[in-house]
Amino acid sequence: MTARLGPHLKASALVLPLVLFLALFFVWPIIAMLKQSVSDPVVHNTLSQTSAIAAQWNGKAPVPAALQDALVADIRATTDRQEMGAVVRRLNSAKSGFRTLMRKTRRAIRKTDGPINLGEVDKRWNEVAWWHTIAQASSPYTDRYLLAALDYGRDKHNQIVALPEDASANRTILARTFVISLSVMLSCLAIGLPFAMVIASTSGWLRNVLLAAVLLPLWTSLLVRTTAWFIILQNNGLINSALQALGITDQPIPLIFERTGVIIAMTHVLLPFMVLPIYSVLLSMPGNLMQAASSLGAHPIVAFLKVMLPLSARGIASGSLLVFMSSIGYYITPALIGGPSDQMISSVIAFYATESANWGMAGALGLVLLSITLLLYVVYGRLSAEKKGVA
Amino acid sequence: MTEQPYIEFRKVSKVFGSLTVVDHLDLTINKGEFVSLLGPSGSGKTTLLMMLAGFEDPTAGDILLGGSVLNRTPPYKRNMGVVFQNYALFPHLSVAENIAFPLKRRGVAKAEIAERVNRVLEMVQLPDQSEKLPSQLSGGQQQRVALARTLVFEPNVVLMDEPLGALDKNLREQMQYDIRRLHRDLGLTIVFVTHDQSEALTMSDRIAVFNHGKIEQIGTPQDIYDRPNTHFVAEFIGETNLIPVKYREGDHSRCSVTTKTGKDLEVTSPVTLFRGTEVLLSLRPEHIELGDSAEGLENAMPARISDVVYQGDHLRADIEVDGTKLVARLGRHLPPHDPGDEVFIGFRPQNARVILP
Ligand SMILES: Nc1ncnc2c1ncn2[C@@H]1O[C@H](COP(=O)(O)OP(=O)(O)OP(=O)(O)O)[C@@H](O)[C@H]1O
Ligand SMILES: [Mg+2]
Repeated sequence: MTARLGPHLKASALVLPLVLFLALFFVWPIIAMLKQSVSDPVVHNTLSQTSAIAAQWNGKAPVPAALQDALVADIRATTDRQEMGAVVRRLNSAKSGFRTLMRKTRRAIRKTDGPINLGEVDKRWNEVAWWHTIAQASSPYTDRYLLAALDYGRDKHNQIVALPEDASANRTILARTFVISLSVMLSCLAIGLPFAMVIASTSGWLRNVLLAAVLLPLWTSLLVRTTAWFIILQNNGLINSALQALGITDQPIPLIFERTGVIIAMTHVLLPFMVLPIYSVLLSMPGNLMQAASSLGAHPIVAFLKVMLPLSARGIASGSLLVFMSSIGYYITPALIGGPSDQMISSVIAFYATESANWGMAGALGLVLLSITLLLYVVYGRLSAEKKGVA
Repeated sequence: MTEQPYIEFRKVSKVFGSLTVVDHLDLTINKGEFVSLLGPSGSGKTTLLMMLAGFEDPTAGDILLGGSVLNRTPPYKRNMGVVFQNYALFPHLSVAENIAFPLKRRGVAKAEIAERVNRVLEMVQLPDQSEKLPSQLSGGQQQRVALARTLVFEPNVVLMDEPLGALDKNLREQMQYDIRRLHRDLGLTIVFVTHDQSEALTMSDRIAVFNHGKIEQIGTPQDIYDRPNTHFVAEFIGETNLIPVKYREGDHSRCSVTTKTGKDLEVTSPVTLFRGTEVLLSLRPEHIELGDSAEGLENAMPARISDVVYQGDHLRADIEVDGTKLVARLGRHLPPHDPGDEVFIGFRPQNARVILP
């Protein structure tokens, strides 16, 4: 037994650094992000007595006296101004007006040590709606970020409803992300498929040169390539001056800060991910299948459709998926080359994460992105598994 | 020959860069003929076949089929069936779909396709495999499918490039037999590339021996084996002893030559030469006869046995004659000889042939 276990243990020890690395820098951040997107601990932690009682309240008027007393006690117990500030921000973001209401209430509570009738401090405390907001916010978990990520929210009856058009644009941006990714995928396919075929049909130094042409972009930093495109796509950049010199246009074609420019640059960056899978599939095919088809009477176009295309389907599928999955997460290229209406979902995530410190929203959008990617991956797995079943 | 040739190569050359692979080659093939292209690796056999199939263009010269020039006809219009060494079956199509492929391209009706596919599968002895994918078949079965796919559309010519190279010996012999049978039954015209001489000898009507992009000799298997015209052919086909001699006298059939030690031998020659010309005498091992005395032997010479090896159906002896080493193939019923025995060897004049070095 020890003799069998020994090599296993050694093997496990060899992969241990990798496992640790992945756990620490891949799995854990993802879990933390997912937790951020559903956690809402501010009210729960600070107004802890209130939260406990609110959890049992059925939500019907009148507001139980115990709930009111608990809120007073919680406010009295919270001396940290910042902690209270976070609670107020959280409540105010759910229902505007809480800021003034809370300020007024805290002032009143500070004045005395005795019991307080909140309804006398402010008439609003008599309305159930404000208490509903507190009750909703007091759960340590929330779905509001996830709903907001898809442009949904909860109305005053706690029902899920679509947000008004002006309140959020996440769905528009998600749709745009898909459109851009799809365009990039298609243009990669249009360029990559013939190119992969050409590489597979050559040999010797020519093949090496062509492969290097595909691989070179992979060896250069993404930022460098994007910056290069930034310069090339300018109104007086390389492309426009060439087009004007050739007399094709007399006005510069707007490429920079335009969708076209974004797609061009992203296509260039992602092309290797299309070419390489197709190329490797073609390489595994006998080289003379096209000759065989031709000798059997197939016109080259027919031979392509009936033999080459079905045989490279798996490469095309994995290439397309790779390109699509990489491009839905793209950030730098649209940010540098695109205009405001070309920003993709990642830039919204970046905005929430770095500019408004709204980790909940950033996490929720990240989760949406992650789910879409996983879904695509599952679909792909299904497709390729079926293919294998046949082959 | 009265027959009008079916396939004709006229001064065909193929040059890759600075390498001349096929060199001003003339070759005619008749309808229904089985012609093998035999030659060492790199001698241009595949290239010639590829030019006939239309995958390569000749650098110079013309290729004719049935009297009309083929050079500009693309491969898919040539109606030539090619059987590749790696079979080149379509891995994503079933056996039946593979075989139906050429029929579909020709717009044959569905019902007829099914019928013809079944018929050809019977012919290559592969019924009940039609739904399988090529990867589920053995090498020999794949070879049969490739053959069936070629035969099903009744091509003008069947071109085979070392089709049996990847098969083991037994399967190979079975396939050789099957291809012969199909050739006979269907009246096919077959051009068959091989570098296996025994395969060429057993299967072909005629063999074209290739060397450096040229045909050294073309003829029936007997012609090639019994009457090699050149040093290359004599050495390449079968095993032979080459003895340096000088031409003495005679005409182009029966003549005499002189060995280094001055002994005159009666032999045959394909050409008449000047007296004293240095030539080689080709003598097949199985044509060497052995005796205890010179009596009863033609062209008798004293010799010494240096080694005898038992080979199952025959004995193989290394013999030294006047300092020249010869190999002889002897019947196993012969009285045993041991290394060092002094004997006499001889051979019939028609079995020894003069070759220019
Ligand atoms: N496309 C090509 N480009 C350059 N050289 C080639 C090409 N095709 C063949 N050759 C060269 O031509 C020569 C003859 O090749 P070919 O394949 O006709 O030989 P072969 O007689 O079929 O040999 P084998 O028995 O090894 O198959 C070889 O030296 C080969 O390297
Ligand atoms: Mg070859």
